[in-house]
Parts: sequence; structure tokens; C-alpha cells
Amino acid sequence: MTEQLTIGFLPLADACLPILAHEHGFAEEEGLALSFQRDVSWATVLDRLLYGHTDTAHLIAPLAIAATLGRGRPAQPLAVPFVLGLNGNGVTMSTALAGRIARSGTFEDPRRLGAALASEAAERKRAGAKLRFGVVHRYSSHNYMLRYWLAACGIRPDEDVEIVTVAPPFVADAYANGEIDGACVGEPWNSLAVERDVARIVLATAQIWRRGVEKVLAVRRPVLDARRPAFEALIRAMRRAGRHFVDPENWDANARILARPEYVGGDPALIRRAISDRLVLQSGGEAVHFPDFMFQYSEAANFPWASQALWLYTQMIRWDRSPFSAEEAAAAAAVFRPDVYRSAMYDTGDPLPGASSKVEGSVAQLTSVGTQQGIITLSPNTFFDGDSFDPEKMEEYLARLL
Amino acid sequence: MRIAIIDESTTRASIIEDGLAQLADSEIFILTERQGLISRLEAFAPDVVLIDLGNPSRDVLEEYFAVSRVLARPIAMFVDESDDEAIAASIDAGVSAYVVDGLSAHRIRPLLDLAIKRFNAFARLQADLAAAEGKLAERETIDRAKRILMDSKKLSEPEAYAELRRKAMSSNRRIAEIAEAVVTAHDLLGDGT
Repeated sequence: MTEQLTIGFLPLADACLPILAHEHGFAEEEGLALSFQRDVSWATVLDRLLYGHTDTAHLIAPLAIAATLGRGRPAQPLAVPFVLGLNGNGVTMSTALAGRIARSGTFEDPRRLGAALASEAAERKRAGAKLRFGVVHRYSSHNYMLRYWLAACGIRPDEDVEIVTVAPPFVADAYANGEIDGACVGEPWNSLAVERDVARIVLATAQIWRRGVEKVLAVRRPVLDARRPAFEALIRAMRRAGRHFVDPENWDANARILARPEYVGGDPALIRRAISDRLVLQSGGEAVHFPDFMFQYSEAANFPWASQALWLYTQMIRWDRSPFSAEEAAAAAAVFRPDVYRSAMYDTGDPLPGASSKVEGSVAQLTSVGTQQGIITLSPNTFFDGDSFDPEKMEEYLARLL
Repeated sequence: MRIAIIDESTTRASIIEDGLAQLADSEIFILTERQGLISRLEAFAPDVVLIDLGNPSRDVLEEYFAVSRVLARPIAMFVDESDDEAIAASIDAGVSAYVVDGLSAHRIRPLLDLAIKRFNAFARLQADLAAAEGKLAERETIDRAKRILMDSKKLSEPEAYAELRRKAMSSNRRIAEIAEAVVTAHDLLGDGT
């Protein structure tokens, strides 16, 4: 019997896996009929998920945790049985600002650029017109990545600059209107700003944290419990979509599918840049290859590590300026559901980690990890400042950051 | 009560405004532009904000409310948890409501009910309009198909129509679909004039 699932999403390249699972028939082969609900704000994606317009949604990872903890609205427990991808976002700067502090033609060195930005920010603050950065949402990885980088470079995000919310499709407009000096947003919206020659891509978020958790598949916990087999089927279908997505043979076809107006919309050539890890950094420039700009498949990329949820929780504590609570931390960790992922992929031959939590940022070279099935060799997952996050020592970590 | 309606569709905004005008002691303020939204909203100092779910400014608005919670006029995201049914109904209708903290439920309910009714009415109007436009487009296609048949097969208008109808009946399809096929074939194969 075919099971219906409606999936909410925002027009972004990293909504690719459920879309391609549908378009290439992987979902159908798993006995699923998928339909999609496209929206233009995370608030609406979340509302539709909570009030049952959708069964599951493409969501910014910290928002799934915030909704569960009841930050900003009444608490509703969400579950994340699948990570839709790691990284895939860019940091852009207005052509004017980039012209002053960035080199041309390459992704910048985050430390050097951060140092140059620090003096620029200080100067603008003295002049009474702080530099302003756009992010997509308070509870987004974009916000946390940007703040992590700024803070590690000695720029206090809430004092030395201003961080505002801008909807991804309007980032290029915000640059054109002089509303922002920088932004951290997903593709293809960085590339669109480059195309319109209002901004330059200066960093990939992968340079801040090599394997940073990005969008997740979120579902209400009672819905996951009630329809567990359907969600496990969806996980398998999306793993197959991921294998298809990373194969260079399929880049053109997948870019054309994602560019359709009912999905991301826009120019397939722009979408192809992100999915091929080849970004044009400034208007008229050559494409620059950044390996693993998006990371949707290899090394069990979709496995929801409890330690990823906990890292996001520490950043929530850090920037909401709320006290650390062991109880909240446990609730945040429980949002990510490696148990569901495992049971979906068990006996498929797909590599499965043996542990559910790891020290994030600790792998500096290729490292084999213990698995339940298959072989996984993790490539470096470092933070740019050399720090690492041990989920067993959260309070120590927070003390170090604050 | 000061009510702000944020909607990029000016037609829908005025339909809602019209509905809410029945409420006593209410001042209504409509914002349709994305630019400068927050500063204009701030100047109006609303007790209630209504925004359609499809509005791209929702995240910007929620961020403003999150920050303004520390200010003098805190705005709660939702009416309150016990009013979950009303919220579900408003989400179904496609509208989201934000309310100043402390505004009592008995003042909000009638307002929300009216807004929901108006949103639903607008959705029906849109559906009717789309259906009417569809019919009009179909009529034009059928007219074009008739002209093609009249020219190429030297038929009279009633004969051309009868031809379309016969084909539709024998292939169990609608006349409009047959007409569409004729027009497409003509565009592909004909001289394009």
C-alpha cells in the first residue's frame, strides 16, 4: 500500500534530497507517494508542520531544537531522524566591503579575513554606523556559524556589529538597497547576489566548521511514532537520492529539476554551482572548486549525531544568553534520533556508525570509526580556530566560549 | 484596539479591512510594502498584527517581536496555548496572528474569527476567478481550433465544432482538450501564421 507524505520546504538547494527522492522514483520504490508544500518563511514551514498541513519538513536544525524547548512559542516535541546535509552555505560581503578587505578570486583565509573585518567593524562602530549582517533566522546554523566565526576573531556579534534577519530570496535586494554589508545564507541565494554584482562570496561555512550540521528533516514526535515505517522508508529513499545527487553524471539533470518553479526556481546554471561545489565568487569571475561545499551523502553525512544537536544547544545558550540546564540539554539531544536512522538503514549495507555521539571538531586527519555495519572513514571535521566540542564536557566548553 | 494587517496583496488586505471595520473601537492600519515594514509597524504600535502565511517577511517580523519582548509593548506570538483550536483554524485559513501580551481572549476571538472568515472568502474568490479565467482560456482555444479546421478543411463554423465534439466523444475526452491538441499540432506542423 502506498503511503502519502507531504513535505514542507523553503526554496534552497539543500531541499534536494526529498525532491530528488520523489523525482527519480526512489520514494515510489519504497512505497511512498510524496507531495510538497513550498513556502517562503521558516515561520510558515514550522506552522504548517505543527498544525498538520505537512507531515514533515526541511528545517533549519536549531529551529527544530528551539521548537522542542519552547523558545519563542509553546513547546512542541520535534524529532530529527535524518540530517539533510552538512554545510552548503556561504558568507558574502557587499562588493564595497569585500573590495576593501578581501582578496580577489579565492575563498579567503577565515583568520586573516576575520582580523581585517575586526578593524573595519571597529571603525564603523566608532563612526556610529555598525556593520550589518543578514542571517535567515535567529535559530539557524547560518546565525550560529557566522557568530562563531565573528566571536573567534574578536568581533562581538551583539555589540560590535548588527545581525538582522533577511529572507534568503531577498538577500540580493537587501544588498542592492544598502541594507546589509554582509550575509550568511544558503544557495542559490549567494550566487544570485554575485550574479547581480551586489556582493562577493568570501567564505564557505565549511571553512568555519568543516562538517557543520545544516538542514534536517523534522517531524512531530507523535507523528513519527505513529508512522514509523513510512519515515524509515523515506530515510532509505533519501539515502538513494543522495547517492544520485553526488554523482557528477547527474548534476545537470538534477540542477534542471531543482530549478523548476515548484521547487527552488531560478536558473539551473546557478543551482549547478552549489551542487557541483564550484562557486563563482564574484561577478564575471571563474568558478572556484571548493570540495565538499555541500556534503549530503558520504561518510554517513545524514546520520543524526546527538553531539551535533548538543553543539547547537550550546550555541543557543551562548547567544540567547540563557542559563545552561542539563535537563534542556538532554531534551535537545533527544531531538536527534540516530536510533530511527539505524533501524531504517539496518541490513541495507549502508555504513552505520557504532556510536551515537562523537567529539565534534576532533578529527584532524582521515580516521576510521567504529561501525555497526560497513566502513566509515571520517575526513577532517575541524573548527577553524582549532577548538573542539566534547559533548561530555559541555559546561567547560561554554565557559571557554563565553 | 489597534490592528495592523500585513499583506502584499492589496485586494486581500482591503477585503480583510472591510471585514474588521465592523469591530467597535478599532483602528486598522494596512502594510503592503516589504521595505521599511518594521519601522512603520513600530510607529503604529499595534495591539494585534495579522499577516498571511505566504508573506516572505514573517521571519523578519518574528525576529522583531522576539527582540521587542524586552520593550514596553511585548507581543506574544500567539493568542495563548488554550486557544489552540482558534490558531489551527487561522493557520488553515492562511493567516497568522500576533497579539500584545495581556490582551484578553474575549477581545481577540471575534477579531480572529472575522479575519478567518475574510481570508476564506478571499480564497474562494480566487478559486472562482481562476475557474472563470480557465473557462475563458478554454473558449479561446476552442475558437482557435475551430478556425484552424475551417481554414484547413474548408468547413463551416458549426461543422468545425461538430468535428471537435465528435472526436471528443469518441476518445472520451473534453472538447477543450481536443481543441488544445488541434492548436498544438497546428503550431508544431503548420506554417505558424
